[in-house]
Amino acid sequence: MNFGKQLKEGIITNNPVLVQLLGLCSTLAITTSVSNGLGMGVAVLIVLTCSNVVISLLRKVIPDQIRIAAYIVVIAGFVTMVDLLLQAYLPEIAESLGIFIPLIVVNCIVLGRAEAFASKHGILASAVDGICQGIGYTLVLLVICVIRELLGTGAVNGVQIFPAQYAAMMMTLPVGGFLTLGAVIAAVQWAQRKSKGGK
Amino acid sequence: MDITKLLSISLGAILVNNFILVQFLGICPFMGVSKKTDTAIGMGFAVIFVMGLASALCYPVNVLLVKLDLAYMQTVAFILVIAALVQFIEMFLKKSIPTLYEALGVYLPLITTNCAVLGVVQLNVQNGYNFIESVVYGVTGGVGFLVAIVLFASIRERLEFSEPPKAFEGFPIAMITAGLMALCFMGFSGLQVW
Repeated sequence: MNFGKQLKEGIITNNPVLVQLLGLCSTLAITTSVSNGLGMGVAVLIVLTCSNVVISLLRKVIPDQIRIAAYIVVIAGFVTMVDLLLQAYLPEIAESLGIFIPLIVVNCIVLGRAEAFASKHGILASAVDGICQGIGYTLVLLVICVIRELLGTGAVNGVQIFPAQYAAMMMTLPVGGFLTLGAVIAAVQWAQRKSKGGK
Repeated sequence: MDITKLLSISLGAILVNNFILVQFLGICPFMGVSKKTDTAIGMGFAVIFVMGLASALCYPVNVLLVKLDLAYMQTVAFILVIAALVQFIEMFLKKSIPTLYEALGVYLPLITTNCAVLGVVQLNVQNGYNFIESVVYGVTGGVGFLVAIVLFASIRERLEFSEPPKAFEGFPIAMITAGLMALCFMGFSGLQVW
């Protein structure tokens, strides 16, 4: 399996958030600080990789009619594990992510990859796909986190870049999430058009 | 029953802590099914229905899980209840109210993966609501969803005729619109029922 190609798909050409427009709820809700974004990204990466592997293993056993329900149970199992692990070892992050950790179950990225990729490919390819898509998701989260945290509080990951009184509080509120994601996707569309025009 | 508390829960769910615009739950259907006002209304009502029923059903399930000391199984149990519930509603509507089934059509199965539904159930547990409060929160949360998605769909219908910059066409401009709506809903923060 071509790792480089899948990585490129996950990060750029078929990025789960920017191109497939999946998993928007968590992308908008938790990107208020870099540590939150990293925590969420890694949590999704782990769940995605594990569930992809298991679903790929079971793909010949699960009957077609109830496959969605079966996928959801597998995913919910892994989400519960990640949730408990976070609560045990990183209670602060678990606290600030709140209900968005259990909500990974209904994150369209995980179910979408199970349906579109893991149910049709072998174990190794599915694991690689999970990792690549997870990395793509995490990177987008980090970009949005950095923009929102910098403009909203004047700091990146707690390091003050400019004084907080010049910061626009609005960016850390829901409004900022919508505006930032809109602008980032617009930038990606612009870049895509530009690179197509160049060829 | 304390009416004021129920009122403040309702007000919170519909306006102050609107599920979509403030809590970011259910963004996928909000973006996906808001191109036309009619379908947005259909989706909104389906969500009210499922959120209310899911809140009612998951309450006893949660009580049972806590009693059996299996609280860590909440996520798995809730999502199964919701998936089964949606399946049942689909079969029931198909059999007895085919017109409504036709109208909701594709949106019903989509609701299973609507984070607003699982979200409301989780929030019920987190906030320690009793049975009636849970149901009220579920239904009014759905009403908040309906309000937001219908408003958004009507704006989007007009957006079709506008000319945003090339890069912003389609999804990004919708996102910005939603952002401005969220800004408006911020005006409700601090609203309280005494």
